[in-house]
Amino acid sequence: MEDLSDLYQEIILAHNKRPRNGEPLIPCTHQAEGFNPLCGDKLTVYLRKSDEEVNEIACNTEGCAISRASGSIMTTMIQGKTVSEIEKQIEETKTLLTGDEEPEIDLAQHGDMAALVGVRKFPARIKCATLAWHALESALRGEVEATTE
Amino acid sequence: MKEDTDIRKDFPILNQEINGKPLIYLDNAATTQKPKVVIDRLSDFLSKENANIHRGVHYLSMNATTLYDEARSCVANFINAENDDEIIFVRGATEAINLVARSFCNEKLEPDDEILITEMEHHANIVPWQLIAGEHGARVVPAPITDEGEMDLDQFESLLNERTKLLAFVHASNALGTINPAKKMVEIAHRKGIPVLIDGAQAVAHQEVNVQDLECDFYVFSSHKIFGPDGLGVLYGRKELLNKMTPYQGGGDMIETVSFDGTTFRPSPERFEAGTPNISGAIGLKAAIDYINDIGWETIHEKESLLMNHANESLGKIPSIKLIGTAENKVPVLSFTIDSAHPHDIATILDTKGIAVRAGHHCAQPLMKRLGLSATTRASLSFYNKVDEINQLTEALKEISALFES
Repeated sequence: MEDLSDLYQEIILAHNKRPRNGEPLIPCTHQAEGFNPLCGDKLTVYLRKSDEEVNEIACNTEGCAISRASGSIMTTMIQGKTVSEIEKQIEETKTLLTGDEEPEIDLAQHGDMAALVGVRKFPARIKCATLAWHALESALRGEVEATTE
Repeated sequence: MKEDTDIRKDFPILNQEINGKPLIYLDNAATTQKPKVVIDRLSDFLSKENANIHRGVHYLSMNATTLYDEARSCVANFINAENDDEIIFVRGATEAINLVARSFCNEKLEPDDEILITEMEHHANIVPWQLIAGEHGARVVPAPITDEGEMDLDQFESLLNERTKLLAFVHASNALGTINPAKKMVEIAHRKGIPVLIDGAQAVAHQEVNVQDLECDFYVFSSHKIFGPDGLGVLYGRKELLNKMTPYQGGGDMIETVSFDGTTFRPSPERFEAGTPNISGAIGLKAAIDYINDIGWETIHEKESLLMNHANESLGKIPSIKLIGTAENKVPVLSFTIDSAHPHDIATILDTKGIAVRAGHHCAQPLMKRLGLSATTRASLSFYNKVDEINQLTEALKEISALFES
């Protein structure tokens, strides 16, 4: 399987099989759905949030390994961060996955998301990797739905 | 019979590498590849013969008109229509269905009327009916299928009633491969006086179609799914119905006389071909049909059933694979799921090995819902595929299973 080392690495497969923070977080203060009508990926991001900080987060995903892993990794990076830190993280992730220039991987900055950078080679799958992050953005803004279309 | 290697040489696109691996093209239900004779015919026409039809008195225009008419005649022979005038060129099977919805059903539908379809339809044979039904307070009713993906003919018959104004069903399912008992279904509907449209998009590349034997009122298909150019489709309709229908679009070529007081329309096919049609597309389709006739249905059947039997057997031996759609009579379509791996992940990994398949709901969301699935992976074959390609697919699927189960 050496061809796949770029995208379907162990880290992705592990998050796919056992997503972290994957159960619905009820009650929560903020919640938004993400839907990709093209491939049917569907997820919900739940937040327990004060004015300044996200105390708890969950992402429940029905979809492919890329969307499940991305959502799972996202929750591990966001927990306990301030809103402005999270907004910065969202921008960094978008640049990592969709920026025009080939990114330089910085594990301190990108964490496990670095494992998803291989998705850049598969344009049809980039939206799978960004869906959870779009939904997180919507949840922070108090919107209920994010869509990649 | 043409040797396999000769057939492969007819399709230039097959001789290339994708992601560093020889291309294995198993997405023929989405679109078929084009033989060199079609590519050359298009190139020749555009290089030497291009002109608009039906209006010029100069040589090229008259010649293009003859070629376009010959293409219509060729299609009529291909599906054994009684008259060339019963063949209308449109953009694709989807537009042909929309044309019938608009021009045939619009005047017929009353509140509470029904259009009967089946649970295995492509969106193209659902949505146009929903749109026109919605405008008249009528409804679209789906006839149920079995878990194997076959029609339940008893229930089907009981759903055809005095409110049913049209039956529309798929000849061969794009998602399951099921070939429906079309002649029998038409007969049941006609016994109750209900007109019938058959969506033949997935059938025409795999079997000889005879519209007079089927006795259907309308039959539709797309050129690009039978080795011809895209952007062209065919509507067959019985002449007496077509000439009573209102035009679909207005414009040039479809009129008898135009004045500001009113306009009268030409009979079929011009009645439904407003504006300059896809002339090169029709000429390319003729080249594709000539190619199919040259290969012959016997060869096509022999090669496809060999491939299909081998594929069924090979994939059937992988315990994690569940085949979706196990009808007795099928076109060479293999839809399947693997519990641990999502279809999009399977398709992406196959792509890295040069294997092209389709993953998703196959534009048949109600069917997926009926089967309790969100998506499947689909390998769809053509006579130019090879046994070795099925073997490579099988090996790749075993690897993928192991990867996701580990």
